[in-house]
Amino acid sequence: MTYTMTFEGRPVRAEPGQSVAAALVASGVVSWRVTRGQGRPRGLFCGIGLCHDCLITIDGVPDQRACVVPARDGMRLGDRDDA
Amino acid sequence: MSADLVVVGAGVVGAACAYFATSAGLRVTVVERGGIAAGTSSAGEGNLLVSDKEPGPELDLALLSLRAWREDLGDHGGLWEYEQKGGLVVASSPEGAAALRSLAAAQRACGVEVAEVADPVDYEPNLAPGLAAGAHYPQDAQVQPMLAAAHLLRLARERGAEIRLRTEVTGFLRDGDQVTGVRTAHADISAGAVLNAAGTWAGEVAALAEVTVPVLPRRGFVLVTQPMPVGTIRHKVYAAEYVGNVASGDAELQTSPVVEGTRSGTILIGATRERVGFDRTVSPEALRRLAGQAAALFPVLRSVRVMRSYLGFRPYCPDHLPVIGPDPRAPGLWHACGHEGAGVGLSAGTGLLLAQALTGAPAALDLAPFAPARFEAAA
Amino acid sequence: MTPEPHDVAVVGAGPAGLGAAAEAAGAGLDVVLIDAGQRPGGQYWRHAEGGRGQHWKAYEGLSRRLGQVRRIPGTQVWLITRDQEGFTLRLTGHDPVTARAVILCPGGYDRQLPIPGWDLPGVMAAGGVQALLKEHGTAPGRRAVVAGTGPFLLPVAVALARAGVAVAAVAEANPVTGWLRDPFGALAAPSKSVEAVRYAAAMTARRVLYRTRTVITEIVGDGRAEAVRLRRADGTQEEIAADLVALGWGFTPSLELPIMLGAETRLDEDGSLVAVVDGSQRSTADGVYIAGEATGVGGAALALAEGRLAALTLAGSGKTARLRRAVRRGRRFAAAMRRACPVPAEWTAWLTESTVVCRCEEVPYGELRRACHDLGADDARAVKMLARPGMGWCQGRMCGFATAAIAARLNGRVATADDLRAFAARVPAFPVALEDLAEN
Ligand SMILES: Cc1cc2nc3c(=O)[nH]c(=O)nc-3n(C[C@H](O)[C@H](O)[C@H](O)COP(=O)(O)OP(=O)(O)OC[C@H]3O[C@@H](n4cnc5c(N)ncnc54)[C@H](O)[C@@H]3O)c2cc1C
Ligand SMILES: Cc1cc2nc3c(=O)[nH]c(=O)nc-3n(C[C@H](O)[C@H](O)[C@H](O)COP(=O)(O)OP(=O)(O)OC[C@H]3O[C@@H](n4cnc5c(N)ncnc54)[C@H](O)[C@@H]3O)c2cc1C
Ligand code: FES
Repeated sequence: MTYTMTFEGRPVRAEPGQSVAAALVASGVVSWRVTRGQGRPRGLFCGIGLCHDCLITIDGVPDQRACVVPARDGMRLGDRDDA
Repeated sequence: MSADLVVVGAGVVGAACAYFATSAGLRVTVVERGGIAAGTSSAGEGNLLVSDKEPGPELDLALLSLRAWREDLGDHGGLWEYEQKGGLVVASSPEGAAALRSLAAAQRACGVEVAEVADPVDYEPNLAPGLAAGAHYPQDAQVQPMLAAAHLLRLARERGAEIRLRTEVTGFLRDGDQVTGVRTAHADISAGAVLNAAGTWAGEVAALAEVTVPVLPRRGFVLVTQPMPVGTIRHKVYAAEYVGNVASGDAELQTSPVVEGTRSGTILIGATRERVGFDRTVSPEALRRLAGQAAALFPVLRSVRVMRSYLGFRPYCPDHLPVIGPDPRAPGLWHACGHEGAGVGLSAGTGLLLAQALTGAPAALDLAPFAPARFEAAA
Repeated sequence: MTPEPHDVAVVGAGPAGLGAAAEAAGAGLDVVLIDAGQRPGGQYWRHAEGGRGQHWKAYEGLSRRLGQVRRIPGTQVWLITRDQEGFTLRLTGHDPVTARAVILCPGGYDRQLPIPGWDLPGVMAAGGVQALLKEHGTAPGRRAVVAGTGPFLLPVAVALARAGVAVAAVAEANPVTGWLRDPFGALAAPSKSVEAVRYAAAMTARRVLYRTRTVITEIVGDGRAEAVRLRRADGTQEEIAADLVALGWGFTPSLELPIMLGAETRLDEDGSLVAVVDGSQRSTADGVYIAGEATGVGGAALALAEGRLAALTLAGSGKTARLRRAVRRGRRFAAAMRRACPVPAEWTAWLTESTVVCRCEEVPYGELRRACHDLGADDARAVKMLARPGMGWCQGRMCGFATAAIAARLNGRVATADDLRAFAARVPAFPVALEDLAEN
């Protein structure tokens, strides 16, 4: 089965076992937040939960690491951007 | 090698003294065993507070210092992120509110600006509701202490000072009683006067000149949160009990954190007070209490993550006053140490006063309460 | 009422931690195994849905021996303290755990060097790319350049190619023959070089351009990576289009837990900070054993052997002679590998004033330079305090190695262990919610 999540309102599909970040990247989204200083785009970097570049709001909870949170059906991603 | 003044220690106190001394025309050499601000000045916070001080010599020095930060050093404030953001002290109980009111009245009589606040939430929207009362201190300010120390040293260097890092003072040059310079691992430096600004280690430096200065370490932990949106916390906010902790001589762990935002977005929660020598092991109890009290003051912080914590050792004297001035027991030796949890704030005033005393200019404040030999008299 | 402490807490369930837990349980000890990941395996054994990883049999063998082990997955140890009974480990989202001894197997992560443009989306750590491919079946781009140094670039390139990504180039900064520079070391673990040859063959079959003595000096793009600039030893430069850039300059250990417990650290051959252990995996801190990448980067097989040795030492087993020999051999080979794959000597030359060094706090190289030249910062600690690199979310994991090197270079010397320690100590080990701290 395939999950459907939404990223900033758009649907994003995910396979079970994928992380939120993997699903985003697979659907062509490479960045999902901007830095607070210079407003530079950020997405995946270390891929293993250490760099915190990939922070994202998931179901209203801010600052989750997209690379370690498993994708689930119906997740709302990235509705608040002040990480 | 010779100088008018050798400053031992490149912390914020030594840096301020070097700055004011060079500005007064003295030839200064700063000698530091580590790097820039290797000691407590890089392990604390940068509050410049009058709000937490009871009437007395320390409050007088704090008021003088705040003026020095604002006026004498005002042109450079941007270099060290000087910000006069004001303090907000809150009381949770009617008794606390009464104590706060009477402290504020006494402080006001000494020249502290303070306004009573009926509902602290008007000043800090994210504060827990239901606090009994508050007091707003517009003079309270902050700096980034490392930047302050580093830039003060840079400015002193521009005024002719020489800064020698990685150079430990291992003894004093003497001519009879007179201190005539310092011995270091690399070279001897002769000087008209030597200033002991060795912070928490000032007792060891004094001992090299065979005098006693009872400076002891008082440990403090600080929590640093993840970066938060601007305006989450606007003032330096703390509970009225904090003042009691600062003045306490208890060795036991005391907490009652000051919560404040910084330029970089992080929120600082600090600090604990505890006398455990130079023990660097992390105390879960200290972290627990700081976190719990900060979350009680600001419920919005509950889910906010703490990115790091650090600890430092305040230079502490038994009577909670710094040691500032010439040492009659070893002529030529001066001290500027023991500023405990207020050395950043008090550094500017300390530097100003020392430069005045060293050059024979009229003193802005009587140094008698800070006299180095006062502990012997008491004993 | 507190429960009895475990005989040993093993932190990290990679090859080292699994080896330690299995061996300790086999020796009759009461073991708790704690890991940040949901499933055991660490950075080496990854569980693709239905798929199997490298040396899966070894993994299955270890897993079968974990029957008696209490396992706590999906949690981070954020604090370890020593108390009368031994140690207390505080965990995110879980009650604390106590144990009489600890075996720390925290592994490591990709070592990074800042490069102009390295913070563009589409630029990733090489290990992160590998993890994404293996575990999540996701290829994070269409046309890739893999750059840095070390044998690990090869499997990443091959895995990308297998996943259908066009691998435009692999840029290895060092001469490859260097891997065999230490004949004794290389002989000690010949399977490694055999592996390298196999990857090379796979790359040839897929026409992957393998450039040695070639460094990546810049990544360009507008809002995301579009191309990289490479420079060869003879000075010639070229630009190659790529929307995925995988960067790896070897791995570097996670040391926050060892340092928290007062274990000594030292500089390794490759300039990374590592934990000091004796020939039996004892650290310098009483009751603290350390195994795997944390003692020096040496690959999964060595990590596994070290983990097992640590457990057998703790258990007081008399039968460790062979294992100790194997570890010694493995370390010799690993040391040769590290010597052969240094970061390029002149890497700081490619930095510009505006190159971001600290990604979290967005500190550019120019700020580090000013901290040293204008403000008198003469070591990494002072640079960190004055310019804020390493003060953000990752707590210096990404920029610590580089900042230490930069601070030293700006002061005309090479980085010391103290420079690196300024970035390796972290309390808490990972960010913790204030309310969790309040209830710890
Ligand atoms: C947790 C915490 C929070 C704090 N918060 C605040 C605050 O908000 N506001 C505030 O005003 N203050 C605060 N403080 C206190 C403040 O940090 C100190 O009072 C101040 O830094 C002391 O400065 P110093 O220059 O005297 O000492 P240091 O900074 O310790 O400098 C002394 C220097 O002397 C050097 N030295 C020692 N021996 C020798 C030798 N033999 N030869 C050469 N050099 C030597 C040391 O290496 C050191 O660098 C806090 C302190 C702590 C621990
Ligand atoms: C991203 C990445 C990808 C890699 N891919 C490959 C590959 O494809 N092939 C290959 O041969 N080698 C690969 N390596 C190298 C290989 O992983 C190591 O050689 C090997 O895994 C080392 O084993 P270890 O047990 O020492 O550490 P690891 O396997 O890294 O295991 C350490 C474990 O400890 C956990 N941990 C650390 N700190 C804490 C804490 N405070 N609390 C809880 N848990 C903690 C980590 O989450 C991790 O699961 C990779 C390395 C990385 C970093
Ligand atoms: S990509 Fe580094 S933490 Fe997620």
